[in-house]
Amino acid sequence: MGEAFDVAVVGAGPAGLSAACLLAEKGVKTIVLERGEYPGAKNVSGGVLYGHDLAQVLPDYAERNLPIERNIVESRMWYLSRDGGYSLSYRDRIFTEERKHNVFTVGRAKFDRWFSEQARGRGALVVCGTVVTDLLRDENHRVVGVRTDRSDGDVRAKVVLLADGINSPLATKTGFRPEPKTHQVALAVKEVIELTEEQIQERFNVDPGHGVTIEILGEVTQGMDGVAVIYTNRKSLSLCIGANLSALSRQKVRLYEMMESFKAHPMVAPLIQGGKSMEYMAHWLAEGGYDAIPQLCGDGFLITGDSGMLFNALHREGSNLAMTSGRFAAETIVEALAKKDFSRNGLLGYISRLRDSYIFKDLKKYRRFGQFLHTHPELFTSLPRWTSLAAREMLTVNGVPKREKQKAIWQEFRSRFSLVSLLRVLWDGWRSIK
Amino acid sequence: MSTKVEDKLFLDRFRVDEESHLRIIDGALCMEKCIEQPCLYICPANVYRLEKNRISVAYEGCLECGSCRIGCPHLNIEWRFPRGGYGVSHKFG
Repeated sequence: MGEAFDVAVVGAGPAGLSAACLLAEKGVKTIVLERGEYPGAKNVSGGVLYGHDLAQVLPDYAERNLPIERNIVESRMWYLSRDGGYSLSYRDRIFTEERKHNVFTVGRAKFDRWFSEQARGRGALVVCGTVVTDLLRDENHRVVGVRTDRSDGDVRAKVVLLADGINSPLATKTGFRPEPKTHQVALAVKEVIELTEEQIQERFNVDPGHGVTIEILGEVTQGMDGVAVIYTNRKSLSLCIGANLSALSRQKVRLYEMMESFKAHPMVAPLIQGGKSMEYMAHWLAEGGYDAIPQLCGDGFLITGDSGMLFNALHREGSNLAMTSGRFAAETIVEALAKKDFSRNGLLGYISRLRDSYIFKDLKKYRRFGQFLHTHPELFTSLPRWTSLAAREMLTVNGVPKREKQKAIWQEFRSRFSLVSLLRVLWDGWRSIK
Repeated sequence: MSTKVEDKLFLDRFRVDEESHLRIIDGALCMEKCIEQPCLYICPANVYRLEKNRISVAYEGCLECGSCRIGCPHLNIEWRFPRGGYGVSHKFG
Protein backbone atom coordinates (compact mmCIF):
# COMPACT_ATOMS: atom_id res chain seq x y z
CA MET A 1 0.00 0.00 0.00
CA GLY A 2 2.41 2.68 -1.13
CA GLU A 3 -0.55 4.85 -2.09
CA ALA A 4 -1.23 8.24 -0.53
CA PHE A 5 -4.68 9.28 0.63
CA ASP A 6 -6.27 12.49 1.77
CA VAL A 7 -7.68 10.78 4.85
CA ALA A 8 -6.91 7.50 6.61
CA VAL A 9 -9.63 6.40 9.02
CA VAL A 10 -8.70 3.91 11.75
CA GLY A 11 -11.68 1.70 12.54
CA ALA A 12 -14.90 0.86 10.69
CA GLY A 13 -17.45 1.69 13.37
CA PRO A 14 -20.17 4.36 13.40
CA ALA A 15 -17.69 7.23 13.90
CA GLY A 16 -15.21 6.25 11.20
CA LEU A 17 -17.84 5.17 8.68
CA SER A 18 -19.91 8.36 9.14
CA ALA A 19 -16.81 10.39 8.37
CA ALA A 20 -15.88 8.13 5.44
CA CYS A 21 -19.36 8.42 3.88
CA LEU A 22 -19.31 12.22 4.02
CA LEU A 23 -15.70 12.59 2.92
CA ALA A 24 -16.03 10.21 -0.01
CA GLU A 25 -19.20 11.98 -1.08
CA LYS A 26 -17.19 15.21 -1.37
CA GLY A 27 -14.61 13.46 -3.50
CA VAL A 28 -12.03 13.21 -0.72
CA LYS A 29 -9.75 10.23 -1.21
CA THR A 30 -10.47 8.15 1.88
CA ILE A 31 -9.28 4.79 3.17
CA VAL A 32 -10.83 3.02 6.17
CA LEU A 33 -8.67 0.43 7.95
CA GLU A 34 -10.51 -2.20 9.97
CA ARG A 35 -8.83 -4.91 12.01
CA GLY A 36 -11.79 -7.32 11.94
CA GLU A 37 -12.50 -9.86 9.22
CA TYR A 38 -15.41 -7.61 8.26
CA PRO A 39 -16.75 -4.32 9.65
CA GLY A 40 -18.60 -5.14 12.87
CA ALA A 41 -16.61 -8.30 13.58
CA LYS A 42 -15.01 -6.65 16.61
CA ASN A 43 -17.65 -4.08 17.50
CA VAL A 44 -19.96 -4.33 20.49
CA SER A 45 -22.62 -2.03 21.83
CA GLY A 46 -25.80 -2.61 23.79
CA GLY A 47 -27.36 -2.38 20.40
CA VAL A 48 -29.41 0.80 20.12
CA LEU A 49 -28.95 3.33 17.35
CA TYR A 50 -30.46 6.70 16.66
CA GLY A 51 -32.19 7.81 13.46
CA HIS A 52 -31.59 11.51 13.95
CA ASP A 53 -27.81 11.31 13.90
CA LEU A 54 -27.79 8.68 11.15
CA ALA A 55 -30.02 10.84 8.93
CA GLN A 56 -27.52 13.67 9.12
CA VAL A 57 -24.94 11.39 7.57
CA LEU A 58 -27.23 9.42 5.22
CA PRO A 59 -30.47 11.35 4.70
CA ASP A 60 -31.99 8.52 2.63
CA TYR A 61 -30.87 5.70 4.95
CA ALA A 62 -34.42 4.37 5.31
CA GLU A 63 -34.58 3.51 1.61
CA ARG A 64 -31.33 1.61 1.71
CA ASN A 65 -32.32 -1.66 3.40
CA LEU A 66 -30.99 -0.63 6.77
CA PRO A 67 -30.88 -3.81 8.92
CA ILE A 68 -33.10 -2.63 11.80
CA GLU A 69 -34.01 -5.23 14.41
CA ARG A 70 -36.88 -3.39 16.15
CA ASN A 71 -38.04 0.20 16.55
CA ILE A 72 -38.15 1.04 20.23
CA VAL A 73 -41.63 2.14 21.29
CA GLU A 74 -41.20 1.77 25.03
CA SER A 75 -38.43 2.45 27.53
CA ARG A 76 -38.42 0.76 30.89
CA MET A 77 -36.34 1.43 33.95
CA TRP A 78 -35.97 -1.14 36.64
CA TYR A 79 -34.64 -0.74 40.14
CA LEU A 80 -33.97 -4.21 41.45
CA SER A 81 -33.25 -5.89 44.74
CA ARG A 82 -32.20 -9.51 44.86
CA ASP A 83 -35.74 -10.91 44.78
CA GLY A 84 -37.84 -8.17 43.28
CA GLY A 85 -37.89 -4.64 42.02
CA TYR A 86 -39.66 -1.61 40.69
CA SER A 87 -40.46 -0.99 37.04
CA LEU A 88 -41.20 2.35 35.44
CA SER A 89 -42.02 2.48 31.77
CA TYR A 90 -43.07 4.90 29.12
CA ARG A 91 -44.63 4.08 25.78
CA ASP A 92 -45.85 6.54 23.18
CA ARG A 93 -47.69 6.22 19.87
CA ILE A 94 -45.36 8.80 18.37
CA PHE A 95 -42.52 6.26 18.48
CA THR A 96 -44.54 3.86 16.33
CA GLU A 97 -45.30 6.43 13.68
CA GLU A 98 -43.66 9.77 12.93
CA ARG A 99 -40.65 9.22 15.20
CA LYS A 100 -40.38 5.50 14.62
CA HIS A 101 -36.63 5.64 13.98
CA ASN A 102 -35.96 7.71 17.11
CA VAL A 103 -34.28 4.70 18.71
CA PHE A 104 -33.95 1.28 17.12
CA THR A 105 -31.96 -1.86 17.84
CA VAL A 106 -29.33 -3.29 15.53
CA GLY A 107 -26.88 -6.17 15.48
CA ARG A 108 -23.53 -4.54 14.94
CA ALA A 109 -22.15 -7.33 12.76
CA LYS A 110 -24.90 -6.59 10.24
CA PHE A 111 -25.26 -2.85 10.76
CA ASP A 112 -21.58 -1.95 10.52
CA ARG A 113 -21.26 -4.04 7.37
CA TRP A 114 -24.26 -2.24 5.90
CA PHE A 115 -22.74 1.10 6.89
CA SER A 116 -19.42 0.26 5.28
CA GLU A 117 -21.25 -0.65 2.06
CA GLN A 118 -22.71 2.87 2.06
CA ALA A 119 -19.20 4.31 2.44
CA ARG A 120 -17.89 2.06 -0.33
CA GLY A 121 -20.79 3.08 -2.54
CA ARG A 122 -19.71 6.68 -2.15
CA GLY A 123 -16.16 5.89 -3.14
CA ALA A 124 -14.31 5.20 0.12
CA LEU A 125 -11.89 2.29 0.23
CA VAL A 126 -12.62 -0.02 3.19
CA VAL A 127 -9.83 -2.49 3.94
CA CYS A 128 -10.52 -5.21 6.52
CA GLY A 129 -8.24 -7.62 8.35
CA THR A 130 -5.69 -4.84 8.87
CA VAL A 131 -4.46 -3.61 12.24
CA VAL A 132 -3.05 -0.11 12.50
CA THR A 133 0.03 -0.58 14.66
CA ASP A 134 1.56 2.89 14.67
CA LEU A 135 1.25 6.43 13.41
CA LEU A 136 3.70 7.83 10.86
CA ARG A 137 5.17 11.19 11.76
CA ASP A 138 7.34 13.65 9.91
CA GLU A 139 10.40 15.42 11.31
CA ASN A 140 8.14 18.02 12.96
CA HIS A 141 6.22 15.26 14.76
CA ARG A 142 3.15 15.84 12.61
CA VAL A 143 1.05 12.76 11.90
CA VAL A 144 1.35 11.96 8.20
CA GLY A 145 -0.12 8.47 7.96
CA VAL A 146 -0.39 5.08 9.61
CA ARG A 147 1.62 1.88 9.79
CA THR A 148 -0.33 -1.37 9.47
CA ASP A 149 0.47 -5.00 10.14
CA ARG A 150 0.52 -5.80 6.43
CA SER A 151 3.84 -6.17 4.70
CA ASP A 152 4.50 -2.91 2.88
CA GLY A 153 1.77 -1.59 5.11
CA ASP A 154 2.45 2.13 5.43
CA VAL A 155 -0.39 4.38 4.35
CA ARG A 156 0.34 8.06 3.96
CA ALA A 157 -2.48 10.53 4.48
CA LYS A 158 -2.91 14.26 5.00
CA VAL A 159 -5.17 13.62 7.97
CA VAL A 160 -5.56 10.53 10.15
CA LEU A 161 -8.94 10.05 11.78
CA LEU A 162 -8.74 7.91 14.91
CA ALA A 163 -12.04 6.08 15.27
CA ASP A 164 -10.64 2.92 16.80
CA GLY A 165 -12.93 2.69 19.81
CA ILE A 166 -12.34 2.85 23.52
CA ASN A 167 -9.84 0.01 23.77
CA SER A 168 -6.92 1.36 21.82
CA PRO A 169 -3.44 -0.10 22.16
CA LEU A 170 -2.56 2.40 19.44
CA ALA A 171 -3.37 5.21 21.88
CA THR A 172 -1.16 3.63 24.51
CA LYS A 173 1.69 3.19 22.10
CA THR A 174 1.57 6.60 20.44
CA GLY A 175 0.27 8.61 23.36
CA PHE A 176 -2.42 10.39 21.35
CA ARG A 177 -4.58 9.94 24.40
CA PRO A 178 -3.74 8.58 27.84
CA GLU A 179 -4.58 4.99 28.68
CA PRO A 180 -7.85 4.96 30.68
CA LYS A 181 -7.60 4.30 34.40
CA THR A 182 -9.66 1.40 35.72
CA HIS A 183 -12.18 3.75 37.36
CA GLN A 184 -12.74 5.51 34.01
CA VAL A 185 -14.20 2.49 32.26
CA ALA A 186 -16.91 -0.01 32.96
CA LEU A 187 -16.47 -3.54 31.72
CA ALA A 188 -19.66 -5.11 30.41
CA VAL A 189 -20.48 -8.51 29.02
CA LYS A 190 -23.26 -9.15 26.56
CA GLU A 191 -25.19 -12.27 25.74
CA VAL A 192 -27.54 -12.63 22.80
CA ILE A 193 -30.41 -15.00 23.53
CA GLU A 194 -32.50 -16.36 20.70
CA LEU A 195 -36.29 -16.56 20.94
CA THR A 196 -39.02 -16.52 18.31
CA GLU A 197 -40.48 -13.25 17.05
CA GLU A 198 -43.84 -14.21 18.53
CA GLN A 199 -42.35 -14.96 21.94
CA ILE A 200 -40.75 -11.52 22.04
CA GLN A 201 -43.97 -9.81 20.97
CA GLU A 202 -45.97 -11.64 23.63
CA ARG A 203 -43.45 -11.24 26.44
CA PHE A 204 -42.94 -7.55 25.83
CA ASN A 205 -46.48 -6.76 24.73
CA VAL A 206 -45.46 -5.24 21.40
CA ASP A 207 -46.48 -5.51 17.75
CA PRO A 208 -44.20 -7.00 15.10
CA GLY A 209 -41.32 -4.63 14.39
CA HIS A 210 -41.72 -2.87 17.72
CA GLY A 211 -39.50 -3.29 20.72
CA VAL A 212 -38.59 -2.32 24.24
CA THR A 213 -35.43 -1.27 26.05
CA ILE A 214 -34.94 -1.93 29.75
CA GLU A 215 -32.24 -0.13 31.75
CA ILE A 216 -31.55 -1.69 35.12
CA LEU A 217 -29.89 -0.50 38.32
CA GLY A 218 -29.76 -2.00 41.77
CA GLU A 219 -28.50 -5.11 43.50
CA VAL A 220 -27.96 -6.97 40.21
CA THR A 221 -24.46 -5.51 40.06
CA GLN A 222 -23.73 -6.94 43.50
CA GLY A 223 -23.01 -3.68 45.22
CA MET A 224 -20.81 -2.32 42.46
CA ASP A 225 -21.36 0.85 40.50
CA GLY A 226 -22.83 -0.72 37.37
CA VAL A 227 -25.80 -1.25 35.12
CA ALA A 228 -27.62 -3.96 33.22
CA VAL A 229 -29.82 -3.74 30.14
CA ILE A 230 -32.21 -5.88 28.15
CA TYR A 231 -32.91 -4.86 24.56
CA THR A 232 -35.28 -6.55 22.14
CA ASN A 233 -34.04 -7.59 18.72
CA ARG A 234 -36.19 -9.17 16.05
CA LYS A 235 -35.57 -12.77 17.06
CA SER A 236 -33.36 -12.36 20.09
CA LEU A 237 -32.74 -10.39 23.26
CA SER A 238 -29.51 -8.61 24.10
CA LEU A 239 -28.63 -8.89 27.79
CA CYS A 240 -25.74 -6.80 29.05
CA ILE A 241 -24.37 -6.35 32.51
CA GLY A 242 -21.31 -4.49 33.65
CA ALA A 243 -19.65 -2.56 36.40
CA ASN A 244 -16.87 -0.13 36.92
CA LEU A 245 -13.59 -1.95 36.29
CA SER A 246 -11.98 -0.73 39.50
CA ALA A 247 -14.94 -2.05 41.51
CA LEU A 248 -14.83 -5.42 39.69
CA SER A 249 -11.17 -5.66 40.44
CA ARG A 250 -11.65 -4.78 44.10
CA GLN A 251 -14.58 -7.10 44.72
CA LYS A 252 -13.19 -10.01 42.69
CA VAL A 253 -16.50 -10.58 40.95
CA ARG A 254 -16.49 -12.61 37.78
CA LEU A 255 -18.74 -10.98 35.20
CA TYR A 256 -19.90 -14.21 33.59
CA GLU A 257 -21.13 -15.36 36.98
CA MET A 258 -22.85 -12.02 37.58
CA MET A 259 -24.55 -12.48 34.19
CA GLU A 260 -25.90 -15.87 35.29
CA SER A 261 -27.32 -14.43 38.53
CA PHE A 262 -28.90 -11.64 36.50
CA LYS A 263 -30.50 -14.16 34.14
CA ALA A 264 -31.96 -15.98 37.15
CA HIS A 265 -33.57 -12.84 38.64
CA PRO A 266 -37.37 -13.28 38.93
CA MET A 267 -37.98 -10.30 36.63
CA VAL A 268 -35.52 -11.52 33.99
CA ALA A 269 -35.92 -15.29 33.97
CA PRO A 270 -39.47 -15.37 32.47
CA LEU A 271 -38.36 -13.08 29.63
CA ILE A 272 -35.58 -15.40 28.50
CA GLN A 273 -37.19 -18.71 29.38
CA GLY A 274 -36.63 -21.32 26.70
CA GLY A 275 -34.20 -19.04 24.88
CA LYS A 276 -30.92 -20.23 23.47
CA SER A 277 -27.68 -18.33 24.03
CA MET A 278 -26.15 -17.42 20.71
CA GLU A 279 -23.16 -15.25 21.45
CA TYR A 280 -21.07 -13.88 24.32
CA MET A 281 -19.05 -10.67 24.11
CA ALA A 282 -17.22 -8.16 26.29
CA HIS A 283 -16.50 -4.47 25.88
CA TRP A 284 -15.64 -1.34 27.80
CA LEU A 285 -17.85 1.69 28.30
CA ALA A 286 -16.27 5.10 28.71
CA GLU A 287 -17.29 6.28 32.15
CA GLY A 288 -14.88 9.12 32.64
CA GLY A 289 -17.33 11.66 31.23
CA TYR A 290 -16.45 15.17 30.16
CA ASP A 291 -13.34 15.40 32.30
CA ALA A 292 -11.77 12.32 30.73
CA ILE A 293 -11.99 13.64 27.16
CA PRO A 294 -8.47 13.92 25.75
CA GLN A 295 -7.16 16.51 23.29
CA LEU A 296 -9.31 15.59 20.31
CA CYS A 297 -7.13 17.07 17.61
CA GLY A 298 -3.49 17.65 16.87
CA ASP A 299 -1.17 18.16 13.93
CA GLY A 300 -2.53 15.84 11.27
CA PHE A 301 -5.05 13.91 13.32
CA LEU A 302 -8.54 13.96 14.87
CA ILE A 303 -10.15 11.64 17.41
CA THR A 304 -13.83 10.66 17.22
CA GLY A 305 -16.43 8.60 19.06
CA ASP A 306 -15.51 6.16 21.82
CA SER A 307 -11.86 6.66 21.07
CA GLY A 308 -12.29 10.24 22.32
CA MET A 309 -14.33 9.03 25.34
CA LEU A 310 -17.47 10.60 23.85
CA PHE A 311 -20.08 8.58 25.72
CA ASN A 312 -23.10 9.67 27.74
CA ALA A 313 -23.41 7.01 30.43
CA LEU A 314 -26.63 8.35 31.97
CA HIS A 315 -28.62 8.21 28.73
CA ARG A 316 -26.75 5.18 27.34
CA GLU A 317 -25.95 7.23 24.24
CA GLY A 318 -22.77 6.43 22.39
CA SER A 319 -23.38 5.44 18.78
CA ASN A 320 -25.08 8.79 18.09
CA LEU A 321 -22.16 10.72 19.57
CA ALA A 322 -19.89 8.58 17.42
CA MET A 323 -21.80 9.28 14.20
CA THR A 324 -22.09 13.00 14.86
CA SER A 325 -18.47 13.44 15.93
CA GLY A 326 -17.53 11.56 12.75
CA ARG A 327 -19.66 13.99 10.76
CA PHE A 328 -18.03 17.00 12.44
CA ALA A 329 -14.60 15.53 11.72
CA ALA A 330 -15.49 15.12 8.03
CA GLU A 331 -16.74 18.70 7.78
CA THR A 332 -13.59 19.97 9.45
CA ILE A 333 -11.32 17.94 7.18
CA VAL A 334 -13.10 19.25 4.06
CA GLU A 335 -12.36 22.80 5.29
CA ALA A 336 -8.75 21.90 6.08
CA LEU A 337 -8.29 20.44 2.59
CA ALA A 338 -9.57 23.68 1.06
CA LYS A 339 -7.15 25.71 3.19
CA LYS A 340 -4.38 23.10 2.83
CA ASP A 341 -3.80 23.45 6.56
CA PHE A 342 -3.66 20.15 8.45
CA SER A 343 -2.08 21.52 11.58
CA ARG A 344 -3.89 21.48 14.91
CA ASN A 345 -4.91 25.06 14.19
CA GLY A 346 -6.36 24.11 10.85
CA LEU A 347 -8.40 21.34 12.50
CA LEU A 348 -9.70 23.29 15.48
CA GLY A 349 -13.08 23.75 13.79
CA TYR A 350 -13.77 20.20 14.99
CA ILE A 351 -13.61 21.26 18.63
CA SER A 352 -15.85 24.30 18.13
CA ARG A 353 -18.39 22.10 16.34
CA LEU A 354 -18.38 19.68 19.28
CA ARG A 355 -18.65 22.54 21.75
CA ASP A 356 -21.65 24.07 19.98
CA SER A 357 -23.46 20.74 19.76
CA TYR A 358 -25.34 18.51 22.15
CA ILE A 359 -22.21 16.36 22.48
CA PHE A 360 -20.11 18.62 24.70
CA LYS A 361 -23.19 20.28 26.19
CA ASP A 362 -24.63 16.97 27.42
CA LEU A 363 -21.32 15.57 28.59
CA LYS A 364 -20.66 18.77 30.51
CA LYS A 365 -24.14 18.68 32.04
CA TYR A 366 -23.55 15.18 33.40
CA ARG A 367 -19.86 15.51 34.22
CA ARG A 368 -20.51 14.68 37.88
CA PHE A 369 -22.78 11.72 37.25
CA GLY A 370 -20.08 9.05 37.20
CA GLN A 371 -18.68 10.37 40.44
CA PHE A 372 -22.18 10.33 41.95
CA LEU A 373 -22.67 6.60 41.31
CA HIS A 374 -19.13 5.89 42.39
CA THR A 375 -19.47 7.61 45.74
CA HIS A 376 -22.90 6.27 46.65
CA PRO A 377 -22.61 2.49 46.90
CA GLU A 378 -25.90 2.42 48.85
CA LEU A 379 -27.65 2.91 45.49
CA PHE A 380 -26.59 -0.65 44.66
CA THR A 381 -26.96 -2.22 48.09
CA SER A 382 -29.10 -1.04 50.99
CA LEU A 383 -31.33 1.36 49.08
CA PRO A 384 -32.79 -1.17 46.61
CA ARG A 385 -33.11 -3.64 49.50
CA TRP A 386 -35.08 -1.14 51.59
CA THR A 387 -37.28 0.15 48.76
CA SER A 388 -38.16 -3.45 47.91
CA LEU A 389 -38.94 -4.20 51.53
CA ALA A 390 -41.29 -1.20 51.66
CA ALA A 391 -43.24 -2.35 48.61
CA ARG A 392 -43.25 -5.99 49.67
CA GLU A 393 -44.67 -5.16 53.09
CA MET A 394 -47.29 -2.70 51.85
CA LEU A 395 -48.45 -5.20 49.20
CA THR A 396 -48.66 -8.16 51.57
CA VAL A 397 -52.22 -8.66 52.80
CA ASN A 398 -51.88 -10.17 56.25
CA GLY A 399 -54.19 -8.37 58.62
CA VAL A 400 -51.50 -6.00 59.93
CA PRO A 401 -52.77 -2.40 60.05
CA LYS A 402 -51.10 -0.16 57.48
CA ARG A 403 -49.85 2.33 60.06
CA GLU A 404 -47.95 -0.44 61.83
CA LYS A 405 -46.42 -1.48 58.52
CA GLN A 406 -45.35 2.06 57.79
CA LYS A 407 -43.78 2.27 61.20
CA ALA A 408 -41.83 -0.94 60.67
CA ILE A 409 -40.64 0.23 57.25
CA TRP A 410 -39.56 3.54 58.71
CA GLN A 411 -37.73 1.82 61.54
CA GLU A 412 -35.94 -0.37 59.06
CA PHE A 413 -34.97 2.73 57.15
CA ARG A 414 -33.64 4.43 60.28
CA SER A 415 -31.59 1.39 61.19
CA ARG A 416 -29.84 1.51 57.84
CA PHE A 417 -29.64 5.17 56.92
CA SER A 418 -29.68 8.55 58.51
CA LEU A 419 -32.00 11.18 57.14
CA VAL A 420 -28.89 13.19 56.34
CA SER A 421 -27.47 10.40 54.18
CA LEU A 422 -30.73 10.13 52.23
CA LEU A 423 -30.79 13.89 51.69
CA ARG A 424 -27.18 13.71 50.54
CA VAL A 425 -28.00 11.04 47.95
CA LEU A 426 -30.90 13.11 46.67
CA TRP A 427 -28.90 16.33 46.65
CA ASP A 428 -25.80 14.82 45.02
CA GLY A 429 -27.98 12.98 42.53
CA TRP A 430 -29.82 16.14 41.60
CA ARG A 431 -26.59 18.09 41.26
CA SER A 432 -25.07 15.42 39.02
CA ILE A 433 -27.87 15.60 36.45
CA LYS A 434 -29.33 19.10 36.76
CA MET B 1 -22.27 -20.63 41.25
CA SER B 2 -20.49 -22.91 38.87
CA THR B 3 -20.98 -21.16 35.59
CA LYS B 4 -18.56 -22.35 33.03
CA VAL B 5 -17.25 -19.54 30.93
CA GLU B 6 -16.16 -22.19 28.43
CA ASP B 7 -19.83 -22.79 27.61
CA LYS B 8 -20.19 -19.13 26.71
CA LEU B 9 -16.97 -18.93 24.73
CA PHE B 10 -18.06 -22.02 22.83
CA LEU B 11 -20.80 -19.87 21.27
CA ASP B 12 -18.28 -17.50 19.72
CA ARG B 13 -16.33 -17.77 16.53
CA PHE B 14 -12.56 -17.45 16.89
CA ARG B 15 -9.86 -17.56 14.29
CA VAL B 16 -6.88 -18.46 16.41
CA ASP B 17 -3.43 -17.25 15.50
CA GLU B 18 -0.45 -19.49 16.22
CA GLU B 19 1.22 -16.84 18.31
CA SER B 20 -0.33 -15.25 21.40
CA HIS B 21 -1.21 -11.56 21.28
CA LEU B 22 -1.04 -11.46 25.10
CA ARG B 23 2.15 -11.94 27.05
CA ILE B 24 2.98 -11.76 30.73
CA ILE B 25 6.19 -9.77 30.74
CA ASP B 26 7.67 -11.11 33.97
CA GLY B 27 6.07 -14.32 35.17
CA ALA B 28 7.93 -14.33 38.48
CA LEU B 29 6.48 -10.95 39.39
CA CYS B 30 2.92 -12.37 39.28
CA MET B 31 3.81 -15.07 41.79
CA GLU B 32 6.13 -13.14 44.03
CA LYS B 33 4.89 -9.56 44.13
CA CYS B 34 1.29 -9.53 42.96
CA ILE B 35 -0.96 -10.23 45.92
CA GLU B 36 -4.30 -9.35 44.37
CA GLN B 37 -3.85 -11.05 40.98
CA PRO B 38 -6.95 -9.27 39.58
CA CYS B 39 -6.39 -10.79 36.11
CA LEU B 40 -7.80 -14.04 37.51
CA TYR B 41 -11.13 -12.31 38.20
CA ILE B 42 -11.65 -9.38 35.86
CA CYS B 43 -11.04 -11.20 32.60
CA PRO B 44 -14.52 -11.95 31.18
CA ALA B 45 -13.13 -14.91 29.25
CA ASN B 46 -11.08 -16.38 32.09
CA VAL B 47 -7.95 -16.20 29.96
CA TYR B 48 -5.68 -16.05 33.01
CA ARG B 49 -5.56 -19.13 35.20
CA LEU B 50 -3.52 -19.92 38.23
CA GLU B 51 -1.37 -23.01 37.76
CA LYS B 52 0.98 -24.50 40.32
CA ASN B 53 3.73 -21.96 40.01
CA ARG B 54 2.62 -19.56 37.29
CA ILE B 55 -0.31 -17.87 35.63
CA SER B 56 -1.19 -19.39 32.27
CA VAL B 57 -2.61 -17.37 29.37
CA ALA B 58 -5.35 -19.00 27.29
CA TYR B 59 -5.25 -16.28 24.65
CA GLU B 60 -7.37 -18.34 22.24
CA GLY B 61 -10.59 -17.27 23.97
CA CYS B 62 -9.68 -13.61 24.48
CA LEU B 63 -12.60 -11.24 23.84
CA GLU B 64 -10.18 -8.35 23.25
CA CYS B 65 -11.68 -5.99 25.85
CA GLY B 66 -8.34 -4.71 27.18
CA SER B 67 -9.22 -5.01 30.88
CA CYS B 68 -6.19 -7.09 31.85
CA ARG B 69 -3.88 -4.53 30.29
CA ILE B 70 -5.07 -1.64 32.44
CA GLY B 71 -6.23 -3.79 35.38
CA CYS B 72 -2.84 -5.40 36.06
CA PRO B 73 -1.52 -3.47 39.07
CA HIS B 74 2.05 -3.94 37.81
CA LEU B 75 1.26 -3.28 34.13
CA ASN B 76 2.90 -6.62 33.54
CA ILE B 77 0.84 -7.64 30.52
CA GLU B 78 1.97 -6.89 27.00
CA TRP B 79 -1.19 -6.52 25.01
CA ARG B 80 -1.72 -6.06 21.31
CA PHE B 81 -4.61 -6.77 19.00
CA PRO B 82 -4.54 -10.14 17.27
CA ARG B 83 -3.19 -9.89 13.72
CA GLY B 84 -5.65 -8.49 11.19
CA GLY B 85 -8.57 -10.87 10.67
CA TYR B 86 -7.65 -13.09 13.65
CA GLY B 87 -9.24 -13.33 17.09
CA VAL B 88 -12.95 -13.14 17.85
CA SER B 89 -15.47 -12.41 15.08
CA HIS B 90 -18.97 -11.50 16.16
CA LYS B 91 -21.89 -13.03 14.30
CA PHE B 92 -24.55 -10.73 15.75
CA GLY B 93 -22.56 -8.10 17.63
